[in-house]
Amino acid sequence: MPLKRILSSRWLKVAVFALCLVPVLLLVWKAFNGGLGANPIEFITHATGDWTLRFLCITLSITPLRKLLRLPELVRFRRMLGLFGFFYGCLHFLTWLVVDKFFDWNEILKDVVKRPYITAGFTGFVLLIPLAVTSTTGWIRRMGGKRWQMLHRLIYVTACAGVVHYYWLVKSDIRLPVFYGAIVAVLLAYRLVVSLVKSRKPLPRATGAAAGEPTAS
Amino acid sequence: MLIRRSPGIPPSEVTPKHLYLNRRSFLAGLPLAGAAFAAGSARAGTKLNGIAKSPFSTTEKVTPSNDVTHYNNYYEFGTGKEQPAGLAQKLKTSPWTVKVEGAVNKPQVFDIDAIMKMAPLEERIYRHRCVERWSIVVPWIGFPLNELIKKVEPTAKAKFVAFQTVFDPGIMLSERAAGIQLPYVEGLRMDEAMHPLAILCVGMYGEDLPKQDGAPVRLVVPWKYGFKSIKSIVKIKFVEKQPPTTWNITNAHEYGFYSNVNPEVDHPRWSQASERRLGEFFMRKTLMFNGYGDQVAQLYSGMDLRKYY
Repeated sequence: MPLKRILSSRWLKVAVFALCLVPVLLLVWKAFNGGLGANPIEFITHATGDWTLRFLCITLSITPLRKLLRLPELVRFRRMLGLFGFFYGCLHFLTWLVVDKFFDWNEILKDVVKRPYITAGFTGFVLLIPLAVTSTTGWIRRMGGKRWQMLHRLIYVTACAGVVHYYWLVKSDIRLPVFYGAIVAVLLAYRLVVSLVKSRKPLPRATGAAAGEPTAS
Repeated sequence: MLIRRSPGIPPSEVTPKHLYLNRRSFLAGLPLAGAAFAAGSARAGTKLNGIAKSPFSTTEKVTPSNDVTHYNNYYEFGTGKEQPAGLAQKLKTSPWTVKVEGAVNKPQVFDIDAIMKMAPLEERIYRHRCVERWSIVVPWIGFPLNELIKKVEPTAKAKFVAFQTVFDPGIMLSERAAGIQLPYVEGLRMDEAMHPLAILCVGMYGEDLPKQDGAPVRLVVPWKYGFKSIKSIVKIKFVEKQPPTTWNITNAHEYGFYSNVNPEVDHPRWSQASERRLGEFFMRKTLMFNGYGDQVAQLYSGMDLRKYY
């Protein structure tokens, strides 16, 4: 089947990688061409935050898509997409840390403790760190598929924290945070339903995914 | 005038009023379109002449006008910062009247032309601090609000002044989309309204007001968060009780009636200790009463500013 061959090709992976870099390259291009508007720092903060949420949603949609469309090849992209979520999360976090707070640790600590929306965003970001660290094949082997899978379910918490972070931040127009919230809700509901169905009729033997890439999330 | 003086023309020949008003708005739109072609700018204001300088002006660097006109809040024309610059162009600012009523001896309806001539126009270069932690320095043009107040002679019952923005559902966002109750309303205590720093503003950067910035007449109260400086005013009412205000209705816990700029009283969700001046990279410290404490602090002596935020 040609679609399956395309999905398995090395070039597609390179192409997806390049595509994932487009948002940040666009930001750089805009920065040098006066395209960031009157408040460039805010623009960068919002853009990187948006892309973090989008990549979290895309990453979470891989498993439902590959199962519903019967395209196990899709799992090849999951790690990369997740890491791009972390990458944009880092940019978002660093903008706040460096430009907003300028490493004022006292202020940062106060913000994290006192401001619920920052507490939520910060929690979501911190939870992504162990996932990024253990994203390598070596770590999957070292931890064992089951435990690795358990750990990587933290992305559910991060996605929820990200939506809450956004929702608590806006002044009155809640349409976008609610939109992301709905997407995350659907993606997590899918997993809930699948696990409920599975627990009702246990399969004799779980059919694993591609070698070295356990069926997490 | 010409039409009225010529009794020979049958009524059928006379252009109906709605048509010639249409023609006028078409003509009024022409220079705008021309400018848009010429410079990609959404604005071609009318230059205002004979503007006096004011000792109340700050010497701080003025924010570029393009930033001020393309980064602001006017929720009726979009909740994004860059939307009002485009969507507000639909607003018709001529003809325009402001109805002044309530506890006054001389309630009246002012035409915008009368307002423009009500008092000598001054340039007031003020710091303007948004509750969202960004700030700008704007050369507003206007005159003290107290000039209008004196004209209508408030009675002893007038303890507060309520303001209302124009509301035209045909060209504006719905309440649901904007997330706030409309029409937009604001208010000041009488002594705040009488303070010489509070101005009725009819222009900026040497020209009349751009639509997205509250044309044709708005309030500017520089020691309060920006949302208190209500735009495109159609009604001013003098009242005895503290009037409702839009952001306070939306979220009373976060936006108080007073909303004085205060670095020590945080917004429940974020610190108000610092702000980003548009054009600057790092945040700067926010000043008490936005730096106008010497002039206005006495208005609030003895008041607990944490309680009356």
